[in-house]
Amino acid sequence: MKAIFSTDHRVIARQYFFLSLFAVIAGVLLSVLMRYHVVWPSEKVAWFESLWPVKAIGGVMTPELYLSLMTLHGTIMVFFVLTLAPVNAFGNLVLPAQLGTGGFAFPRLNMLSFWMTLASFGVLGASFLVDDGGPLSGWTAYPPLSAVGAIAGPGEGLGQTLWFVSIGLFCLASLLTAINFLSTIIDLRTAGLTMMRMPLTCWTWLVTAILMLLSFPVLMAAAILILFDRSGVTSFFVPAGLLVGDMEIRHSGGSPLLWQHLFWFFGHPEVYIAILPGMGIVSTVLSNFSRKPVFGYRAMVYASIAIAFLGLIVWGHHMFTSGMNPYSAIAFSVLTMAIGVPSAVKTFNWIATLWGGSLRLTTAMLFALGFVSIFVTGGLSGLFLGQPSIDAYFHDTYFVVAHFHMIMGIAALFGIFAATFYWFPLLSGGRLLNETLGKLHFYLTFIGAYATFLPMHFAGFAGNPRRYADFTSFDFLAGLMPLHLWITYAAFALAAVQVIFLANLFWSIRWGKPASENPWQATTLEWSSRRGPVVRGPYDYGPHGDRDFRMQDQPDIPATV
Amino acid sequence: MLFIVVALAGALLFVYRPAWFPAAANATAAGWDHQFTVTLLVTGVIFIGVHLALAAVLIFRRRNGRRAPNGSRWMEISWTAATAVLFLSLAAMGSRGWARIPERAPGEERIEVYAHQFAWAFRYPGPDGIFGRTANKFVNDSGGNPMGIDPDDPDGKDDIVSASLRAPAGRNVLLLLHSRDVIHDFFVRELRTKQDILPGMEIPFELHVDKPGVYEIACAELCGLGHSQMHSVLIAMPPAEYQQWLRAQEPRTH
Repeated sequence: MKAIFSTDHRVIARQYFFLSLFAVIAGVLLSVLMRYHVVWPSEKVAWFESLWPVKAIGGVMTPELYLSLMTLHGTIMVFFVLTLAPVNAFGNLVLPAQLGTGGFAFPRLNMLSFWMTLASFGVLGASFLVDDGGPLSGWTAYPPLSAVGAIAGPGEGLGQTLWFVSIGLFCLASLLTAINFLSTIIDLRTAGLTMMRMPLTCWTWLVTAILMLLSFPVLMAAAILILFDRSGVTSFFVPAGLLVGDMEIRHSGGSPLLWQHLFWFFGHPEVYIAILPGMGIVSTVLSNFSRKPVFGYRAMVYASIAIAFLGLIVWGHHMFTSGMNPYSAIAFSVLTMAIGVPSAVKTFNWIATLWGGSLRLTTAMLFALGFVSIFVTGGLSGLFLGQPSIDAYFHDTYFVVAHFHMIMGIAALFGIFAATFYWFPLLSGGRLLNETLGKLHFYLTFIGAYATFLPMHFAGFAGNPRRYADFTSFDFLAGLMPLHLWITYAAFALAAVQVIFLANLFWSIRWGKPASENPWQATTLEWSSRRGPVVRGPYDYGPHGDRDFRMQDQPDIPATV
Repeated sequence: MLFIVVALAGALLFVYRPAWFPAAANATAAGWDHQFTVTLLVTGVIFIGVHLALAAVLIFRRRNGRRAPNGSRWMEISWTAATAVLFLSLAAMGSRGWARIPERAPGEERIEVYAHQFAWAFRYPGPDGIFGRTANKFVNDSGGNPMGIDPDDPDGKDDIVSASLRAPAGRNVLLLLHSRDVIHDFFVRELRTKQDILPGMEIPFELHVDKPGVYEIACAELCGLGHSQMHSVLIAMPPAEYQQWLRAQEPRTH
């Protein structure tokens, strides 16, 4: 029991890691089913029918089944993969060690967070397995579709209710995590570890925790309000006089736009919750494997803070065409484009860090380099979407799908892969992942990611709307089928090569090469057992006697004259 | 090497163009195409530049050579300022002509758009120029009354209901967007814009099509299981033909 209900942050880190690993496998399988359906919508597949006797009669997926797979894919990936892995799993694993402390400020709260998250995952699974099927309103769950019950469509009954319960639980768990991270970083740093000596990973977790503290409660409140609406007693989000199906809805005076404001006040910072820890990891990994200090450490810290601050006030760019006052779009647009500046500063600093370094191309390094490439590509498409007029065409098309899969999906995943390879000795208890398999996995994933998501922008150029279960009703979509076939094949290949990673992971946990205490000759405290006071900043790479690095807690040696 | 390949592949894709935009249907849409091209040039240069820089870092790395600095004030200030100027001028250009809330000019042609799960309907006020009252209890989709026009309202007697949107080419038309149930979105690719339709609100949308022709209307906001089948067409006709069509329509009789 002690091993399961543990308050040890390393055990909780592994619990989070394997929960998000299970979630990402489920999420990828869902996307494979979705890509299959959009290109072969009427193909009969016998085992579809055995899985879903009602929703895939005769082996053909119904549109509502497709939409519920899509909803589940988005929810799983955003919450249980892109939030849990970089923040909860690696934060738990590394943060206390990097701060030179034995654990978190509130270890029992930490345990509670995990079990609440697991419960949330269970409820999400249940929402998909109820008789009526899973909710089909997407991970954004816009009312009135999501608020008026089963008359709005199959899955909008019990399934949608459970979905909101799951999200509410997740928000509460994340709020506890945020409080725990903040208290630990502010209060439990070891002697000598001033804020400006913290590794950039600690900075990004700090900034992420602040974002979580400010944004998750808003989504939680919104989820509770919409549950009230669904019970029929309130009208926060449902206006009067709706006629859904043949039923007149008994609501009065609510605003569907209110939900969008509350949702995106959470939803946009969520993007940065997913990507900021990856930026911290990439900075650390690039610095270590080029054996050079991070270029412009202070600028990196300020850029993280600027990205997070601006990230809190740009939610309106998801709503340019929503019917809100178009003048407010201009303010949101300027702020959105301004995020490009600290993001560009980070990119320039990464390249300057690499410049002239003695590069060691380990797998972790390759994923960090891949992160920079994907981050730039995904960020540049944001420059289109940040302009209201351009966005009015691209909004809710495959261009947006391509954009957020690049910047939030693949970039963040590359950060997670880099972290997994870099910190695997801490995760596995002293073993390394196999580098040959790792590099093979990197090259195939990098090519697969571009092969899948770069052509997807072109579907967006052609105005292909997203969240379509099939492309059969429009003349202009028929011409895009070859493009979609290519994307589907590329996505299948991308999913298939992830087996290399899984095999590497499970093989290396047991039989991987044993790691030394500081296998990467790193400078930060998670690789030190000395537990002395910190005497310097985090990235002191450079010639120091017979070695090219000094750890943060390594006492200064008086210069020999 | 890999990064050079990525830069080249990205550039080549834009030469090959597996899919592209349909022709713009009016001057605003043509302006959109221009702004898109400008943004594409800016982002394209950055995309290729960053990937070549990544490749250069890998090719010209030093194993035991002169060490590069780990911070440089003037470099940091200059690239911060340069990107700020570049991105904010893009923002300024992209906002030009954006926030024009359509005004209801007297005498302007008005057409109501009704969206519901999962179909479109369009209403013309008829010769009197006035839309009849509507109420949910009169809604009858199979009876040709999807918006619920009150049969007792004389203003509604001459209203015309159509399943496709016909509009005079070269003229300004004010569309009034309505939804009966959930959020839908009025999207015509050739206009290079779209507008969400919020239930409980009437949203004005200025329609102007220069070239007569048939343009597909798609729903671009997830509205339920039939979302991908919510299809209609915008038929832009020479004004004389349009008037002829209007006159030929049966007035509603109830």
